[in-house]
Order: sequence, then structure tokens, then C-alpha cells
Amino acid sequence: MNPELLSRFQFALTASFHFIFPPISMGLGLLLVIIGIIYVRTGNPKWRQISFFWVKVYGLVFAMGIATGIVQEFEFGMNWAQYSRFVGNIFGALLAAEGIFAFFLEGGFLGLMLFGGNRLGPRMWLLSTFMVVFGAHFSALWILMANSWMQTPAGYTIQPGATGPQAVMTSFAEVVLTPSFFPRLLHVWVASWMVGASLMLSVSAWYLLKNRYVDLSRSAFKVALPVFVILSITQAVFFGANQAIEVTNYQPVKLAAMEGVWESQSCAPMYLVGWVNEAEMTTTGISIPCLLSFLAYQNINATVTGLEAFPADVWAPVNLTFQVYHLMINLGGLFVLISLLGALFFFWKRRIFETRWLLWIFVFSIGLTELATLSGWWTAEFGRQPWIVWELLLTADAISPILTGSQVAFSVGTFVVLYSILFILFIYLLNEKIQHGPEELSAVEEKPVSSLPDSFREIFGKPRA
Amino acid sequence: MSLNVIWYVLFVIVIAGYLIMDGFDLGVGILHLFVAKTDEERRISLNSIGPVWDGNEVWLVLGGGALFAAFPLVYASLFSGFYIAMMLVLVVLIMRTVAIEFRSKEQNPRWRSLWDTVFFLSSLGIALLLGVAFGNIMAGIPLDENQNISASLLSLLSPFALLVGVTTIFMLALHGAIYLTMKTEGNLQARVRKWIPRLMIIFFVFNTLVVISTVLQHQTITERYLAEIWPIIFPALALVALIVAAYMLRQGRDFVAFLASGAMIALLLFSAAAGLYPNLLISSIDPAYNLTIFNAASESNTLTVMLVIALIGLPFVLLYTAGVYYIFRGKVKLTPQSY
Ligand code: HDD
Ligand code: HEM
Ligand code: HEM
Repeated sequence: MNPELLSRFQFALTASFHFIFPPISMGLGLLLVIIGIIYVRTGNPKWRQISFFWVKVYGLVFAMGIATGIVQEFEFGMNWAQYSRFVGNIFGALLAAEGIFAFFLEGGFLGLMLFGGNRLGPRMWLLSTFMVVFGAHFSALWILMANSWMQTPAGYTIQPGATGPQAVMTSFAEVVLTPSFFPRLLHVWVASWMVGASLMLSVSAWYLLKNRYVDLSRSAFKVALPVFVILSITQAVFFGANQAIEVTNYQPVKLAAMEGVWESQSCAPMYLVGWVNEAEMTTTGISIPCLLSFLAYQNINATVTGLEAFPADVWAPVNLTFQVYHLMINLGGLFVLISLLGALFFFWKRRIFETRWLLWIFVFSIGLTELATLSGWWTAEFGRQPWIVWELLLTADAISPILTGSQVAFSVGTFVVLYSILFILFIYLLNEKIQHGPEELSAVEEKPVSSLPDSFREIFGKPRA
Repeated sequence: MSLNVIWYVLFVIVIAGYLIMDGFDLGVGILHLFVAKTDEERRISLNSIGPVWDGNEVWLVLGGGALFAAFPLVYASLFSGFYIAMMLVLVVLIMRTVAIEFRSKEQNPRWRSLWDTVFFLSSLGIALLLGVAFGNIMAGIPLDENQNISASLLSLLSPFALLVGVTTIFMLALHGAIYLTMKTEGNLQARVRKWIPRLMIIFFVFNTLVVISTVLQHQTITERYLAEIWPIIFPALALVALIVAAYMLRQGRDFVAFLASGAMIALLLFSAAAGLYPNLLISSIDPAYNLTIFNAASESNTLTVMLVIALIGLPFVLLYTAGVYYIFRGKVKLTPQSY
């Protein structure tokens, strides 16, 4: 078996599986910070009950993120040794920075967040939660910097090395602030918050449907709904659109693959659904005239460069890229629709809490937002092919030279089995937690252990009499 | 000192950080089946590391990142050359995370003892695999002119490497046992205390064997020590640290003993690192193919940037590590949020 193909499959599998969890760490984390602030300000114990419940879910998700994240870090060296030799000077530095700055922040405070509820006072607990969530965002920032450098490299020069050329850093600032970095960062953060919000909405809607914890669920719903509504609309009209513009400017051949544009054309249409026939080089489907030109260049008469303007050996897998891209876009549209309905039924005398079909839609929303973020990544990564580092290094040249097919087949097999077990256990335990529901008020109202401080003044200042 | 040397020192410190910090929670994993008999005792052992094990593991993640950034050629050769071994490391790391996280989520005793066993085996596995990998690095590996290592899994299991692996297991078990005495009370603590002298003796015997066979078999390292005699203070101080640990335990000053055993682990690593210098990977085919801290490193621009990052980052790391350990100081008490 071909070790390159298997390694690609393995990377796609492990990266996709890893990326199920970090968006929840970021999005759910943000909501927990908001809820923590509300509790500290109002002192109403129901918010504490909600926090205690979600923190347990958070611990589970985080453990999965950690377990699968280490795999990612090892894989660059294991499967993509030539890539590691080529980019070590740059990519390695960003990865190490992520470790020092972000992972320690998360790892250190996670214990306080998960176990501190009854040991710390509310303010210190909130601070720990904030630090973990901040760490998660910071971690995404560094890894996205690294990924953006692979998409739009800058601040480097190529030097001969012992085993082939190497990219060497000439300007740290340019490496860090590549052109695609900010659009990508914002788009991913917003996507992650949407995932977190939809998880909270999903579980709360389910409780409402089952008539359990009605009061708590309404409160949680009221916090998560506006977040979801505002984000899905801004995601579609601003952050997502901005990503597309960035791709147009820096990776035009990727854009052509995403939209199945073969010939360069002005007033290019945008497909809602479609199918690309790569053999005949045609794209068919339902499309809106001129919309692509408008979205990419804000001018309906602008010319969008087609695939034919580029040599065929730098085309991504066109139909695949097209399909996963349109999956994301269509889901993005769907979220706007769901949000508008949600907002409408909320303002219309809070009917949302009785409207069962709409609640069911929210129950399923978490699956859809996860699918949208995954398909977004698939777009970015399939669309980058055949390059692993855009226009500098081919994926085919990046593989570890000594891997044998059977070695990689063994590791692929192991990951498939291991990740299936992990996923089943994860769903099982998540379900257990949801079935079990939030703890009774008495359990969460236990006074914090008196020896532990609640503010910095208490830690560093004189002990109170 | 050149940037390359600084990065070698920093890298060794990060690995020492990993061995000391994650070392004790691996040790608790290795020991808990033997010392903790009831479910309550198992939970106490688990919760003694509960709030900190994740932060501890970050030292390993950081070690990987630092190697990738500072010595990318070593990172690439080592990880691809030890492919199957690395894969096993990943499997045990994942299983361990899962076992810690999932164990107490169900009441069923079968479920719990299943995950207790997984926790034990994976902790043992990590210690063994890391030790074996390190043994191979000390002994030299078949690194060819294209910087590829062609070694099957079986060829990595040489007697010397296995010896280092077993020594690592006992070293971490000892470190974990001392940690557990600090965090536990009553029967559990008494049982742990009984184990410590045995672990100490076994570890001492194995470690002596490692030293002897290194001196006899592995010339590159011996020659370094003969050429420049001063690094001998590292193994000498390691021995002192072990004696201090033993003495302090008898005095009942567990915390000082714990610090001493941490120092001993670091000093042993420094001893090996001093012997390897300036090599990172020694080729058993031809010394000309050795990867050293000079021919395998990133360019000075990257090393400088990374140094600035490390100097900004590490103080924060130490600060919150200290803070978290301070907040969770004292004996373990189970609460509804515990594992
Ligand atoms: C909830 C998730 C979600 C939603 C609703 C959307 N996206 Fe997205 N998208 C992502 C989640 C995401 C992502 C996972 O975060 C990606 C993957 C890589 C990246 O930078 O962000 C992404 C990538 C991505 C890319 C590829 C970037 C590249 O190839 O480098 C483009 C062009 C868009 N998005 C555009 C859109 C548009 C026009 C949307 C309008 C509805 C949209 N996205 C909705
Ligand atoms: C930001 C961090 C990421 C980096 C640095 C990164 C890097 C890489 C690398 C090195 C490969 C292997 C070579 C290749 O086949 O191109 C790859 C492929 C791939 N990655 Fe990513 N990736 C990241 C995030 C993700 C995420 C989060 C996902 C999915 C949710 C993902 C999905 C894929 C897929 C599907 C492929 C296979 C593409 C193909 O071979 O056709 N990536 N990426
Ligand atoms: C393919 C490249 C990637 C690598 C090498 C990688 C590496 C890692 C590692 C080693 C961990 C565990 C840290 C710990 O022990 O605490 C982790 C967790 C995490 N990763 Fe990734 N990761 C990758 C992709 C991504 C992407 C694309 C994102 C976000 C956009 C991301 C965000 C996070 C976050 C927030 C965590 C914290 C744990 C969690 O939230 O579940 N990672 N990652």
C-alpha cells in the first residue's frame, strides 16, 4: 500500500477528529465565562448550578482535545519528516510557542476550573475559568498562525540544507502576520463560539422538550441564543465572506476549485448546489448569476480566474473541494435561517420555549455546526493540494522517506479502532451527564473550603481577622 | 555560549521538567494498583494528581515543540525512524488520559477496575517506552547518510535499552511513591511508606547496572567523561540527592525528600546529556552521520526568536505551576467534583 496516500488519510482523520473538540473548549468556555460573570454579579444560585453542570461536560471535552492533540504534534515528524525538515525553522517555532504560552495556561488552570468549584470562592473560580478559556483561544491563535503560514507563506528564504532545501525565517513579524492569518483567526474563533453556543442550546432545548430543569434550561437558553444569532449572521455576511476574499487574493486557483470555475469569466455565477465533472471540465447546478464576482471582488463585472488559466498539476481535487465548500456555505445559510426563526419566536412572547419543532431543530444544531467547521477545514486543506506549503513544497515530497506501507497501515488501523472506541465512550459519557442533569442546589451551594482565598487581596494581602 | 548550546541546555531542562513533573504522576499510576486497595483509596491516589497531571504532560508537548523548533532535523529523523514505537507512545498517552478522565464517571466496580488497570498499564508503558527510547539514543542508532533511521521495533529492544526502560520505571515509581506519602494519610500512606525502601534499593541496583554497562559498552559517552572530567559532578550529586531523599524520608520530611528525588532525576538526565554532548543522535553506522546540536539546528534567527519566547514564557509557566500546587497543597480530600 502507498504510504503517502495512507499518511494523508491518517492526517485527515486525526486532524478532523481533534478538531471536533477545541471549538467546544473555546465556545462553551466563553459561555461559561459569561455565566460566571452573571453569577458573581447577581449571586443567584441557579447560575452556579448551570456552571457546575457545564464544567463537567467541559472536562470531558477537554480531555478528548488533549488526547487527540498530542497525536497531531507527533505526526509531523512521524509521517511528514521531509516537511518537518523543510519548515522546522518556522513551523516548529510557532508550535513551540503554542506550548509555552498557551498549553501551560490551559493545563495549569484546568485543574482549578474542574476541581475548584467547591474549593475556590466564586471570583477565583471565574478567574480560573477565564484563564483556561483564554488559553484555548491563545492556543488556536498560534496553531492558526502556523497553518496560515502554510497557506500563504511569508517572511522566509529558501536555503540548501543537508537533506534538501529548508525554509529559513527572515522576519518573525512577517511569519506571524501572514496575509491569511487575521481573516482565518476571526473566522475560526467565531465558528468555535457558534459551536459552543449551539451545544448549550441543543442540551437546553432537549431538557425543555422533556420538561426537565425547565427554569435552568430557559436561563441557559437565553444566554446562548443571542450569542448564536448574532454570530451566525455576522459569520455569513462578514467573517465568512472575508475568508473568501482572502482566498481570491492569495490562492486564486483554490477559489476556482471551490466554485468549480473552469474558464476565466466576468460576472461569474455562484452555485448553491452543483456537481463538477472533472473529466469533461464542466460544472452544473443551480447558480445565482454574477454573485461570485460580487463576493470575490465586490464588483459584478470583475473577472474570476478559472482553473484553465493554471497548469492542471496544481489543481486541487476539484469536485471534492467544491462539495465540502458548498456544504459549509449552505449550512452557514441554514444557521442564519435558524437564528432568525429563533429570534422571532423568542421576541414573539417567548413562544420559542413551547414551539416543539423549533426546539427539535436546536437539539440537532450542534451536529450541524460541528459539520460546518469540519467542512470548512476540509475546504481549506483539500483546496491547498497538491501543495503542503503553498507553492513551495508538494505534499508528495513532504512524506517521511523511510515509511513502509505496512507501517502506516498499522497506524491507520490503530487510529481507526482507538478513535472509534474513544468516540463511543465520549458520546456515552456525554449522554450520561445529560441524562443525569445538573446537581441539586444543596450540592453546589456548599461553602467554599474556608482556607482557600477568593481574591488576590486575600492571597497576597494580610490575612483577615 | 553559542545559541546552539543554550538551546541544548534549555531542551534538556524541558525534558527534566517533564520527567520530574509528569514523572510523579506516572509513578502514582504505576503504584496505585499495589498500594491503594479500596475504591476510596484508588480515588485518593487518582485525585492526588487530578488537578495537575494535564499541566505536567504539557512539558512533553513542549519538549516535542522545542525539539521541532530548535533541532528540526533530529525531530524528523527520530520521529519517523521510531515510527511504530512513537505510535505506541501515542496509544498509551491517549489511553492514560482516557483512563484518568473516565474512571470515576460510572459507579460500576467492573468499569472502575477496568480503567484502573488501563491507568496502571499505560503509566507503566509510557515509562518503559521513554526509557527504551532513551536507552537507544545513548547506545547509538543506525542513522544513515540521508539522516534516515532504519530500525525495526525489535531491534530497538536491545538488552541495554530494556535495562534503561526498567530503571526508568523504578525511578518514576519511587518518585511517585514519595509524592503519594505527601498527599495521603492513614493506611494508604502506611502502605506507600513500606514500599519506598524496596523501590529505592531496586532502583539503585538497576541504575548502577546502567552506569556500568554504559561505561563498558558506549565509548562515545565514556570518552566525553574522560576528556572533560567536570561533568562527573552530575552523577555524584545524583547519588547525594538519593541519599538525602532517603534520610529525609526517615526524618518524616516528605516534602524535602520529594524535592531531593526530583533533583536526582534531573541530575541523572544531566549526566547522560553531558555524556552525549554535542551529539543528539549518534549513528551506529558511521560517526560522520551523527546529528549534533550544530548540524541539526535551526538557523540563528529562529533560535534567537525562540529564546526570547522562552524567556518571556517560562517565568509565567513557573508562576502558575507554583500557584496551582500551592492552592491544592495538603492531603487529598474527596469532594463531589473529584474524579
Ligand atoms: C460554524 C462554522 C462555519 C460557518 C457557518 C462558515 N464557516 Fe467558513 N470555515 C470554517 C467554519 C465555518 C472553519 C472551520 O473555521 C474554516 C476552516 C479553515 C478556516 O480558516 O476556517 C472555514 C474556512 C472557510 C474558507 C476557506 C479558507 C481557506 O481555504 O483558506 C472560506 C472561503 C470560508 N470558510 C467561507 C465561508 C463563507 C462564505 C461562509 C458563509 C456562510 C462560511 N464560511 C460559513
Ligand atoms: C491549524 C492546524 C493544521 C495544520 C498545521 C494542518 C496541516 C496539515 C498537514 C501537514 C497535512 C498533511 C499533508 C496533506 O495531505 O496536505 C494536512 C492535511 C489535511 N488536513 Fe490539515 N492541518 C491543520 C488543521 C486541520 C483541521 C482542523 C482539519 C479538519 C477539521 C484538517 C483537515 C485536513 C485534511 C482533510 C487533510 C488531507 C488533505 C489531503 O491530503 O487531500 N486540517 N493538514
Ligand atoms: C494539526 C495541528 C495541530 C496540532 C499539532 C495540535 C496540537 C495540540 C496539542 C498537543 C494539544 C494538547 C495540549 C495539552 O496537552 O493541553 C492540543 C489541544 C488543543 N488544540 Fe490542537 N492541535 C492542532 C490543531 C488545532 C487547531 C486547528 C485548533 C484550533 C483552531 C486547535 C486548538 C486546540 C485547543 C483549543 C486545544 C486545547 C484542548 C482542547 O480545547 O480540547 N488545535 N492541540
